[in-house]
Amino acid sequence: MVVQAMTSREAVLANIRAAKGGPADESIPRLYSASVDLSPAEVVEQFADRLHDYNATVHHCTVDAIPATIAGILQTRQKTGLLIPSGLPPEWLPADYAFRRDEGLSYADLDASQGVLTACDVAIALTGTIVIGHSPAQGRRALTLVPDYHLCIVRLDQLVATVPEGMRRMAALLPAPLTTISGPSATSDIEMIRVKGVHGPRTLEVILVG
Amino acid sequence: MSVHVGEAASALPFPEAAKKLVANSQLRRNVRHATNVIRTKRGRVVAEMDDWEQLRDAGKAIKDHTLAHLDEYLLQFEAACTKAGGQVHWARDADEANRIIVDLVKRYGSDEVIKVKTMTSDETRLNVALEAAGITPFETDLADLIVQLGEDKPSHIVVPALHRNRMEIRELFMGKMGLDTLGYQPEDLAAAARNYLRERFLRVKVGISGANYLIAETGSVVVVESEGNGRMCLTLPDVLISIVGVEKVIPRFEDLEVYLQLLPRSATGERMNPYNSIWTGVTPGDGPQAFHIVLLDNGRTKVLADPESRETLDCIRCGACLNACPVYRQTGGHAYGSVYAGPIGAILTPQLQSMEHSQTLPYASSLCGACYEVCPVKINIPEILIHLRTKVVDSGHAPLAERLAMKGAAFAMSKASRLSLAHAFARLGQWPFNDDGKLDNLPGLLAGWTEFRDLDAIPAESFREWWSKR
Repeated sequence: MVVQAMTSREAVLANIRAAKGGPADESIPRLYSASVDLSPAEVVEQFADRLHDYNATVHHCTVDAIPATIAGILQTRQKTGLLIPSGLPPEWLPADYAFRRDEGLSYADLDASQGVLTACDVAIALTGTIVIGHSPAQGRRALTLVPDYHLCIVRLDQLVATVPEGMRRMAALLPAPLTTISGPSATSDIEMIRVKGVHGPRTLEVILVG
Repeated sequence: MSVHVGEAASALPFPEAAKKLVANSQLRRNVRHATNVIRTKRGRVVAEMDDWEQLRDAGKAIKDHTLAHLDEYLLQFEAACTKAGGQVHWARDADEANRIIVDLVKRYGSDEVIKVKTMTSDETRLNVALEAAGITPFETDLADLIVQLGEDKPSHIVVPALHRNRMEIRELFMGKMGLDTLGYQPEDLAAAARNYLRERFLRVKVGISGANYLIAETGSVVVVESEGNGRMCLTLPDVLISIVGVEKVIPRFEDLEVYLQLLPRSATGERMNPYNSIWTGVTPGDGPQAFHIVLLDNGRTKVLADPESRETLDCIRCGACLNACPVYRQTGGHAYGSVYAGPIGAILTPQLQSMEHSQTLPYASSLCGACYEVCPVKINIPEILIHLRTKVVDSGHAPLAERLAMKGAAFAMSKASRLSLAHAFARLGQWPFNDDGKLDNLPGLLAGWTEFRDLDAIPAESFREWWSKR
């Protein structure tokens, strides 16, 4: 049989071609909403609401107040410092706390840390989603995964209303790896009861800036 | 070529398996409770989307378009993924996929792997192949961990341990994890899983995943998850191997915006699941520095070859049809004898096996249409079930009396269903979903079915007779 001489790749492709998988090309209807009719203030309010739904804590502040806001949060949480990615703006950092840059830290270091502070790339109000594009201000993927606490700074100009709007901005970040985060890690595997906090950071805290 | 779908080929016929399972009242209570919760949540978050029907239309059209050009999009994916540093393998069947993966794990010198939930690897029985080669697989999804530690089988596509309640899981964890004390709240059990897996996440050098989507234009791979175990497996190991059915490819990055809205709302009733990971080949300095992907056929191209039922491959594995199905809600997932349970399993499992096994599954339905109603990509499961019943009859696998009865019935149904579907669905709101949980409700459900259809109930009668004979 000819199939015997084929590679698996050729065989699978030949099967697909023989199957003639479908009718002639049809255009894809995209009649769903790409945007919503909400004011900027309403979009911010919706984003904060969604984060609350997910049990994430939300703060609002101006650019100038970022260091003071971070200091207040660390004090409340009784933390003496956090890990930071190498490209995090230094002017955000309050004095008197120990911020350690991730320059090749081991997984054990990440695991033993008090948490991590990063920026983000995009945020989506409708779903309460934060998108991390793992650029220098967010660090490699492990940095926002292994620590148990994640403090994330979201600028209002990074916030969009809908998933399609968010995807437009995400497309511009490729081929960098992308992680979307909608609340702390969670499971509903036991009796469909939502448990917040499994393997990813169990606590997510967000500062909305602008 | 040897296509197998888990152990479906040697599973009990559905009626026999179902008869045993419905006698287990604890299991029925667990399944009913979980599916009730998930249906309520889904209903709430779907209702708040004004453009849900438009999203469904787009979701279906993208999948159908992709299937019409599947070879082109797979080749485009292969080229883009390869260019980004990934290595693409092709597997005709389950055994070949397992062989490729076992060889890779050995080549990288590991005798253990961490796994993020992949139904496809359950389909190929990858864990059995790994263990036979001396490689220990650690399941890391909470439900999969419960299934693995309990030497159990998955009973649901999205929440595989849905048939187990907290007390059963507590007992299992205490025994298998060697714990003297453990609370019984879901929080306590999730925390025990976190502790148990943490060290393995940080240590094991090879990760294995499935994928929800492959993006042809960019070569990117997408994994949708909740717990963060996926991110651990995709990010921390040195080597990542993904096993993915060929039907999971979509053309453009933009297409993802449709499924990232349809899937979480349909699957878990969330507006968005906690984590999505999207990666493209290998990223220097971030995550695994070796990435392999195994593109699996295992009967999928046979499904593709049948124009009447190829839309089965549109499935995005949300599990909404399981939660909605009055038969699944009575029997649970194990009755289907396949890693793919419920209505989608009833059409997918026999087709993947070229209709040579699992021939009773197309009958494991009352054809009420609830599965079609909730399907985010509008797979017409009732029509496909009828089509497959005809195939079973034509293949001579059905008993003679059934063959004659079903032939007439299927013919009538396939015409009548087209005429009356809109009518029947308009009345679905009145559907008397029955929660009393007795086997003898099934004929009751079927009686209800006839009330809501303008059709002589030949298949319903036939199903009832067929059922009572077993």
